[in-house]
Amino acid sequence: MNTSPLNPTEQVQGESAQVTTVSAPAKAQTRRFGNKVRDAGLAYLFLLPALIIFGVFAYYPLYRLFWYATHTQSRFRNKPASYVGLEQLKASLTSNDFISGLTHSGLYMLYTVPLGLLLGVMLAVSTHRRLKGIKIFQTIFSSTVASSVAVASVVFITLVNPEIGYFKNVPWLSLRNPTSALFAVSLSSVWQNLGLTFIVVLAALQTVPDELIEAATLDGYGAIRRFWRITVPLISPALLFLGIVLVVSALQAFAQIEILTGGGPSGATETLLFKIADPRGIRPLGVRASYSLGLFVLTAIVAGAQYSIMSKRVHYGD
Amino acid sequence: MATDPTVSAANEQNRLNQTAEKIVDPLVPAPYDNDKAVQPPRSGLRNAVATTTTYLVLTALSVIVLFPIYMLLLRALSSPLKYISAGQPLYPVSIEWDVFNRAFGQASLGRSMGLSFVVTFVIVIAQVLTSVLAAYAFAFLEFPLKKLAFVLVIGTLLLPIEVTLIANVEIIRKLHLLNSVPGLTFPFLVTAIGIFLIRQGFLGIPRDLRDASELDGYGHLRFLFKVAMPMSKAIIGSFIVIAFLGAWNQYVWPRFATDRGAWQTVQVALRTIGSENPGELNLGFAAAIVASLPLLALLIFFQRQIVRGLTAGAVKG
Repeated sequence: MNTSPLNPTEQVQGESAQVTTVSAPAKAQTRRFGNKVRDAGLAYLFLLPALIIFGVFAYYPLYRLFWYATHTQSRFRNKPASYVGLEQLKASLTSNDFISGLTHSGLYMLYTVPLGLLLGVMLAVSTHRRLKGIKIFQTIFSSTVASSVAVASVVFITLVNPEIGYFKNVPWLSLRNPTSALFAVSLSSVWQNLGLTFIVVLAALQTVPDELIEAATLDGYGAIRRFWRITVPLISPALLFLGIVLVVSALQAFAQIEILTGGGPSGATETLLFKIADPRGIRPLGVRASYSLGLFVLTAIVAGAQYSIMSKRVHYGD
Repeated sequence: MATDPTVSAANEQNRLNQTAEKIVDPLVPAPYDNDKAVQPPRSGLRNAVATTTTYLVLTALSVIVLFPIYMLLLRALSSPLKYISAGQPLYPVSIEWDVFNRAFGQASLGRSMGLSFVVTFVIVIAQVLTSVLAAYAFAFLEFPLKKLAFVLVIGTLLLPIEVTLIANVEIIRKLHLLNSVPGLTFPFLVTAIGIFLIRQGFLGIPRDLRDASELDGYGHLRFLFKVAMPMSKAIIGSFIVIAFLGAWNQYVWPRFATDRGAWQTVQVALRTIGSENPGELNLGFAAAIVASLPLLALLIFFQRQIVRGLTAGAVKG
């Protein structure tokens, strides 16, 4: 699946030790590899930009989030904030406001992930065959890759906007109804992600060896049994990967909410990130920082799964 | 023994390219050895029926996928008020071809598109540079605390801009960088995914090639630019394309790192263009079309890189 194996770091260390011994007698003066002090200096020089940016815009902000979460800000910027310990963090993360944000984000996942995967698999399976003109269909199905969240949201204004949308009178797509609004918004994400899921599933399908399908056919497996017993297990790493990508993008849903509903009706589409970003500025900084830390924990759980799958995939792939 | 590393690099590159293309490009149908294996022999008539059914299903699915895009085009071209009074039909009503001109004129779409291009180019160029350098350090150099540095890089996967948003906005505010290109780009000049991907590419370079380069008296810089980078062209190319995709599509950060309309990137501007006046709603829809054109071009000209980048387990747009 991948052309480059993920070598463990240890192996690289072993290699460069060997390089030193080989090159030492050859040309002592021009020896440039394996000089330990120079290598280390060069390495840090190369890493400097990355470490500075990550320090200032990833790790320092994490510290600031803790700081904001443990302090209450005065309404006036010039007055000092006061330390309140973990009180504010605890109160924020147990508040109804946070729980409802969590619920909406969870629902958003529930609406987008299974449906997105299902449609992606359907489209990919239906175009994974030799047929005249199949490339046209493949291009059509991957076309939504060219849309951003914002563009997809504007596209869905034409469909579900309560005043001008084509489906404005379809009750289960109504943005006016608190029970259907989030689902209607989520369809924009399903549509927007279709191109990605289609491309990844199709690529995975093409790695399934024909001989396996052939053997199963000879064994009397029907099309449906072939699909569930052979194809699905073989493309499961791709499905897992996509599942995680879709979960992350659901967790980070914001533009579609702001553009399609503005969080309404009556807060029914306020996801966790919407409450954190708080475009109308109704929540104190300390509360939003606490919510951010909640989002951080969720992200960590998902990213942990992603990392382990990524490294596994690379090992299997080679 | 001491062959020119660039020559073998090129050969190796070709080999890698071929393998990669064979495996991951879904837009080129996979070579089937035996058609009968996939589609058991049928009588002519049954076959024709099956083929027709397949085309019908594919066409129906295409209509569903393309319907939202059709509606966008329809609404962009139709006069907004006349379209509504005509009862919102499925065909355009009194087409206004000048809608794109007006979007650029009235809604200053040109400025936000230009800003998006600047921001995207700065981010992509910086990400490639910083990723290549950091990846080289991790793949080919030994240094103290290497493992810790790697963990710190990978750890930033837990800290996407969505998590650190409010703290980063405060930092940018304190640095007086709200409403500026540095403010819009600084947090994205480095990405763990780029470092990780390119490092993988570098680790795939055969040992012999490094030995050969060394015997030829290549230093690290020459090895990096003459051997390592050319050999990882495919991975770097895919990374550039998905980095462009990600940077162009950004919404959350540019939305909150600016508080003046003039500094809105096109994605952020889409929220407000044409929304003030019901008679100008089509400006917003036209702007959405214009905002997608760069990615459409990318999709057409760099299909292979997009597919490879997306399937490498990296990011999505």
